[in-house]
Amino acid sequence: MDTAKIEEVAFNILKQAVIYLPDDVKQALKKAYAEETETGKIQLKAILDNIELAEKSQAPVCQDTGTIIFYVKAGDKAKNLGKVEEALIKATKKATAEVPLRPNAVNPFTGKNSGDNTGRNIPFVNWEITQGSDIEMTVMTKGGGSENVCMCGMLVPGEGIKGLKKFVVDTVIKAGAQPCPPTILGIAIGGGADISMKLAKKTLLKPLTEHNPDPEIAALEKEIYEAANMTGIGPMGLGGKTTVLGVHVDFAFRHPASFPAAVAFNCWASRRASALIKANDTVEYLTRKLKW
Amino acid sequence: MAVYKLKTPISEADIRKLKVNDVLYVTGTIVTARDQAHRRALEYFKEGKPLPLSLEGLAVFHCGPVMSKQGDKWIAVAAGPTTSTRMDIFEDEFIKNFKVRVVIGKGGMGKRTTDAMAKYGAVYGAFTGGAAILAAKAIKNVRTVEWYDLGMPEAMWVFEAEEFGPLTVAIDSHGNNLFTDVQKTVEENKQRIYQKLGLSP
Repeated sequence: MDTAKIEEVAFNILKQAVIYLPDDVKQALKKAYAEETETGKIQLKAILDNIELAEKSQAPVCQDTGTIIFYVKAGDKAKNLGKVEEALIKATKKATAEVPLRPNAVNPFTGKNSGDNTGRNIPFVNWEITQGSDIEMTVMTKGGGSENVCMCGMLVPGEGIKGLKKFVVDTVIKAGAQPCPPTILGIAIGGGADISMKLAKKTLLKPLTEHNPDPEIAALEKEIYEAANMTGIGPMGLGGKTTVLGVHVDFAFRHPASFPAAVAFNCWASRRASALIKANDTVEYLTRKLKW
Repeated sequence: MAVYKLKTPISEADIRKLKVNDVLYVTGTIVTARDQAHRRALEYFKEGKPLPLSLEGLAVFHCGPVMSKQGDKWIAVAAGPTTSTRMDIFEDEFIKNFKVRVVIGKGGMGKRTTDAMAKYGAVYGAFTGGAAILAAKAIKNVRTVEWYDLGMPEAMWVFEAEEFGPLTVAIDSHGNNLFTDVQKTVEENKQRIYQKLGLSP
């Protein structure tokens, strides 16, 4: 696999992600608009108009083009895996200058912005090794407003799933208007503090049309979805019926003494894009066909 | 719900007419300021140093835009609002010292800001979070940028805008705060949700 190809594809999915929202998210927003109250409709109309304008003018749908996170599923026989991170950093710098993206990487000690969206551990790369020789790359550009209300709690194991439900409802209410509702919730339990949050965040990559294959977990997703929309927080926290567009739940087995629970929020501008690079360097764009 | 279209500089009398839930469009000068610009402006005031421009009657916008330089001209590519609560620690002094009439952002602000708006005559206009292109479209000219050393998002951008909005008046100059009202409703709904889920409060 050619590293120039990896860089080119990473640039393309990054550009796609910040300009075009995935179809499932657009559909969910349109449905919410139809069902909203007067105040909610004003907000959702602005959102829908904005999505259209972004596509027309080829500009990022939100000025906060986020922290850039890659998920790489690499076949164990794919070539040049050791050079992938370097290619992703190059693609990030190029996209920052050319799309353009807002420079969002700040040294936490000096407060200095690197200016190109790269720095220690940024862009962050999540690796998964699979069999074969293909590489599947996904990018998530994660807004700061929705990141600031993500929460991990070490719950009491004896309270079980009821404890989880309470934790999620309280977290959604505490977040209020801040994460740019209607949001998407990624929830995960078990593993450990870090593992639950990693899984929670990763579920945000799933389309809204996809529910957990386990019917019991799918039922929990639905129950939390309905509960969150009963809060009345509404679009942008100005009141209304739509607080969340969807809920995804995942889990890992837990230590008997621990019940880690993580809630990751994504704003309505839920940006993600994937592509598959085959061993012969042919590329398949999975979220949206490549067309500028 | 009334719709108002105001031009900067906005007078205290005009701003006092607005009530929560009204919709506002602002034409004229809008100046961005996030955490760092707020902090620096208040430091300047304390030291008796003038700001790069007078903010009296203008709108301050909690926004870290994506800007692009074409030749020697800046263009606002994407310019939606950022979360305003971070500026709560500065905004009362900011309104008092610089006499801004409109604060634009998302997510609402707290009691200190609400009190200052009532006392000195200002409103908070909620702009749809993330609606960055809608905002950029209303920005007709980038007059200048000040304090660019703070970085692109934190710098003070001076925009000339035409009918910037819709802004939902979420805090008026009479002590009303739409976000606080929603929070009260949400607290009441919380008990219903707990019941539905079989949780004890």
